[in-house]
Amino acid sequence: MSSTSPSTTAPASGEAPVTGTARVKRGMAEQLKGGVIMDVVTPEQAKIAEDAGAVAVMALERVPADIRKDGGVARMSDPDMIEGIINAVSIPVMAKSRIGHFVEAQVLQALGVDYIDESEVLTPADEANHSDKWAFTTPFVCGATNLGEALRRITEGAAMIRSKGEAGTGNVVEAVRHLRQIRGEINRLRSMAEDELYVAAKNLQAPYELVKEVATLGKLPVVLFSAGGVATPADAALMMQLGAEGVFVGSGIFKSGDPAQRAAAIVKATTFYDDPKVIADVSRGLGEAMVGINCDDLPENQRYANRGW
Amino acid sequence: MSTLSSAQPTVGVLALQGDVREHLAALAEAGVLARPVRRPEELEEIDGLVIPGGESTTMSKLAVAFGVLDPMRARIGAGLPAYGSCAGMIMLADKILDGRDDQETIGGIDMTVRRNAFGRQNESFEAAVEITGVDGGPVEGVFIRAPWVESVGADVEVLSRLADETIVAVRQGNLLATSFHPELTGDHRVHRLFAEIVRDAS
Repeated sequence: MSSTSPSTTAPASGEAPVTGTARVKRGMAEQLKGGVIMDVVTPEQAKIAEDAGAVAVMALERVPADIRKDGGVARMSDPDMIEGIINAVSIPVMAKSRIGHFVEAQVLQALGVDYIDESEVLTPADEANHSDKWAFTTPFVCGATNLGEALRRITEGAAMIRSKGEAGTGNVVEAVRHLRQIRGEINRLRSMAEDELYVAAKNLQAPYELVKEVATLGKLPVVLFSAGGVATPADAALMMQLGAEGVFVGSGIFKSGDPAQRAAAIVKATTFYDDPKVIADVSRGLGEAMVGINCDDLPENQRYANRGW
Repeated sequence: MSTLSSAQPTVGVLALQGDVREHLAALAEAGVLARPVRRPEELEEIDGLVIPGGESTTMSKLAVAFGVLDPMRARIGAGLPAYGSCAGMIMLADKILDGRDDQETIGGIDMTVRRNAFGRQNESFEAAVEITGVDGGPVEGVFIRAPWVESVGADVEVLSRLADETIVAVRQGNLLATSFHPELTGDHRVHRLFAEIVRDAS
């Protein structure tokens, strides 16, 4: 695979349009801000998500809660299934490739998905390397549990970062941990003297230039979403108040009693995340939330957040 | 309307979903007071409105659910200046194609806009665009799953076309719309043009 560096320069007047630039990839994620991206496994679910006001859907064969239950190797979804969802809705469609499985990513790009999630929810295909994301026109979102991990993914070309959380548990505790960790580490960088950033870069195992950029901006150079374990409108609002710029909801919607109503409620709570009255209103009469899993009860080898490095 | 006429005008950015922060920053650079608006009462306190980029179906649904669609229509109908980029262009169009069947727009500009007209994300692109009324050379046009303008009424001025003649920026009175996202580029000339429209109107 050939690696291309990010192109951030626009073509001059009269030159042909340029696709796949860093600005077009990162800019796509900027458009999703304040929104909810929902896991769906059928075209019908995708339509329910779109009806509820989702900004995008994640097309996959099984939601994380079922992947967890079924066990075995979890792979990229069937192209027919992804295409069915692309044809069912007008909003952006994302799909997951295994970590390091750049051929699955090539297939997803060929299918025309709008974003590729190089996801720890699927079984990793490479224990050392993630995919070289600069080599693609389709932008990538990647999970991170801390700032170093986020910056390594951005170095590899990720145009959007999400917390990993612990997908398929309906338990928001890990997403909170990851988001607080990332935000806390960014705040520490901001308070550092210039000459301390070199050591910070070494400790974060990330390029100095990127570390310096984060220290200056006070945020990641790409959009940061929350993912993993969001099951209620209040969960979504919690992640937003903790600094997420939007929310992925996986099993939380279609493993609940009334998916359409819960989906719409989570969308509204994400927009009015700082207004407890709205959150209270939308939280009424939602029926049963998904049954959760206590993350402490998960054996070490079933923790998806530990996948990727 | 707002405050003292000598003061800086206040421009609201519809903050239901989308790249609100980038528009707030660009407006501040263009010399107006910028603030997010999400509620009907907040609409009463502004001299201009920006509809940001984002997902137009989501924005439209939330605008209906939280009762801001009709107030926006009323104020824009009464002459409130407004600028929409990408999804915002869709929201300001009187007619849309390839939207959802139930998708409501604010309207105001007599044009037909085709949603996601350039294709999916893999077709998203950057191109230099000349805009009538924006001096200093072309702006960097960032087109993300962008709409285009299929046709315009007699009162609509076309401000910009791509090399293949596709219409990507228009103005009708105090209303401005672009298919692309100047808020993502750090070049604030389009926002300055809008700030001028707001100042002239207030």
